[in-house]
Amino acid sequence: MDLKDKLISSFMAFENNVDIDHPVHDVRTEAMKNFEQKGFPSKKEEAWKYTSLNSLQKIDFSIFPKGNSTLDYKDVKKYFIHDIDTYKIVFVDGVFSSHLSETTHDGVDICLMSSALTKPMYKQIIDVYFNKVASRDESLTTLNTAFSREGAYIYIPKNKMPKKPVEIVHFATGNEASLMLQPRNLIVVEENAELQIIERHQSLTKNEVLTNCVTEIFAAKSANIDYYKVQNDAATASLIDNTYINQKSKSFVNVHTFSFGGKLTRNNLNFYQNGEYMDSTMKGITILGERQHVDHHTLVHHIEPNCESHQDYKGIYGENSTGVFNGKIIVDKVAQKTNAFQQNNNILISDKATINTKPQLEIFADDVKCSHGCTIGQLDEDAMFYLQSRGIPEKEARALLMYAFANNVLESVRIPELKARINKLIANKLGVNMGFDL
Amino acid sequence: MLKINDLHASVEEKEILKGINLEVNAGEVHAIMGPNGSGKSTLAAVIAGKEEFEVTKGNVVLDGEDLEDDAPEDRAHKGVFLSFQYPVEIPGVSVTNFMKTAINESRKAKGLEDMPANQMLKLIREKAELLEIDRKFLSRSLNEGFSGGEKKRNEIFQMAMLEPKLAILDETDSGLDIDALRIVANGVNKLKSKDNAVIVITHYQRLLEYIVPDFVHVLHNGKIVKSGGKELALELEAKGYDWIKQEATV
Repeated sequence: MDLKDKLISSFMAFENNVDIDHPVHDVRTEAMKNFEQKGFPSKKEEAWKYTSLNSLQKIDFSIFPKGNSTLDYKDVKKYFIHDIDTYKIVFVDGVFSSHLSETTHDGVDICLMSSALTKPMYKQIIDVYFNKVASRDESLTTLNTAFSREGAYIYIPKNKMPKKPVEIVHFATGNEASLMLQPRNLIVVEENAELQIIERHQSLTKNEVLTNCVTEIFAAKSANIDYYKVQNDAATASLIDNTYINQKSKSFVNVHTFSFGGKLTRNNLNFYQNGEYMDSTMKGITILGERQHVDHHTLVHHIEPNCESHQDYKGIYGENSTGVFNGKIIVDKVAQKTNAFQQNNNILISDKATINTKPQLEIFADDVKCSHGCTIGQLDEDAMFYLQSRGIPEKEARALLMYAFANNVLESVRIPELKARINKLIANKLGVNMGFDL
Repeated sequence: MLKINDLHASVEEKEILKGINLEVNAGEVHAIMGPNGSGKSTLAAVIAGKEEFEVTKGNVVLDGEDLEDDAPEDRAHKGVFLSFQYPVEIPGVSVTNFMKTAINESRKAKGLEDMPANQMLKLIREKAELLEIDRKFLSRSLNEGFSGGEKKRNEIFQMAMLEPKLAILDETDSGLDIDALRIVANGVNKLKSKDNAVIVITHYQRLLEYIVPDFVHVLHNGKIVKSGGKELALELEAKGYDWIKQEATV
């Protein structure tokens, strides 16, 4: 049985027998119909031209993990930003781990999707926001919707700001030979409220893991959200991340994506600007080696006038790694005075590495500033000679130059401890110890 | 200290150095002058080990050791320093961190421990003062947004930090106003000792008023066509390079 069939039969067994009275039963059933019809995307589709899911579909993934795994904090501490205090929503093999987590209902709700979807007190929010910005058409998003049961639920009321950042961490323990996870997150930040999130998916063994994650984010008027995705997973872990962001006037939403590991990573990052005078920022550093593959697909839809979007993705590709950047910007006819900037710069440090980069601009307004630039290059030999002539060995000199290349993406990270951690990950990934924090 | 024997070097099969012979002893200052395209910068880069240039004949010997197989960093560890005509910008890496890395890598190559942080700081302050460099400057990204003068001053600051045996200053005077030129020259003069040597590469005589050479060599078409004392620089300044070119072709 291939993965699609397995998912369909698992859904029927579970949803139609066990969960028929669930408040979102109809939403799930509708979503499953869409997935059943469309199936997994294939390379024939333009958006999946460079990323194949074929080999993943041949793996016999467990869809409903047994969920009896536990982890000790000391064994997984290093995956948290442990030098600062954070709220934590932690899942182990898809199941909420209360002893690793620190949730709250103190003025803000930082808790679980499973509660939000079932408890009456959350019904109003769920009715207004759940599955409202996520695509009802894209097959993998609808697959996630069909199986949406667990994940993070965050609600920040008007004028509130949580005392500390929130970490959303998913661990896979390897208790299943191969595991498919489908977390579903809903994040609502009301007017003039703020939120910082760090998200990580971490497999702890060499067993296969496939995560198909959907995050819906609503930023109300003047809301401010920083979202950091740290992707440094095991070489047998794959991630399809679908993030949908609905922004209102004067809001600021920044998403940083640090892709340093994993087998296959697909980031579908979608911004919808429903208002004026707002800013959407997407930044990324990708450093890959071995046979790793990362595909960044971004979309910014400028729907109303006077808004900005900024995209800056840096990629360093070594060994047999492959990368994709596809940045789509749509500017509607009424969205005059839009400023949309997009940049994707890449360095190939191996003859066998590949990058496919494509800007995709659909501009229907006439009074806009849109710029885009893609570059693919090698390390500057003159700069290498300069560093080496000062006594810095070749390997360290390369690392310094790669760091310099990616550096401006890090400048906008607003949590210093996270920035230090990313610096360390970069140094590790480049195989150097510079004697100072890069 | 430095002995260059019949050095030929090419880039992309085009021969640029066509048989250079030069001997530089400890305590000496040599000036290499010559018209544009004569091979001055190539000579500097070949001594420092730039791989783009292929040495097809002859060699560069430092303290009796042929440098042929040494990478640029190995040469740096042996005491060769090149002040660049066009220093490269490295965003995100501060002058201080860059210097720490360079110093400690050199120490590592010599089997020494990293320099203690307080000692490093003291050294950096002392050398910055010598070059009249503001402390704020040291936390800026290396060469990024530096003016021409700041870049050159920063090169000599690096030289002061690394204390090379052989310093090659490639067109260090270009882009400098008279005040900056004086500061840079003053720095070089203070670093000069009986144990080290300096090669000044320049197009004009101006810098040589401040850094007074013991020997002046004229490079033309990949060869040293004339050598003399410091008065040769003045003669070149007065008469230009044409007479040298004519003499060389005769």
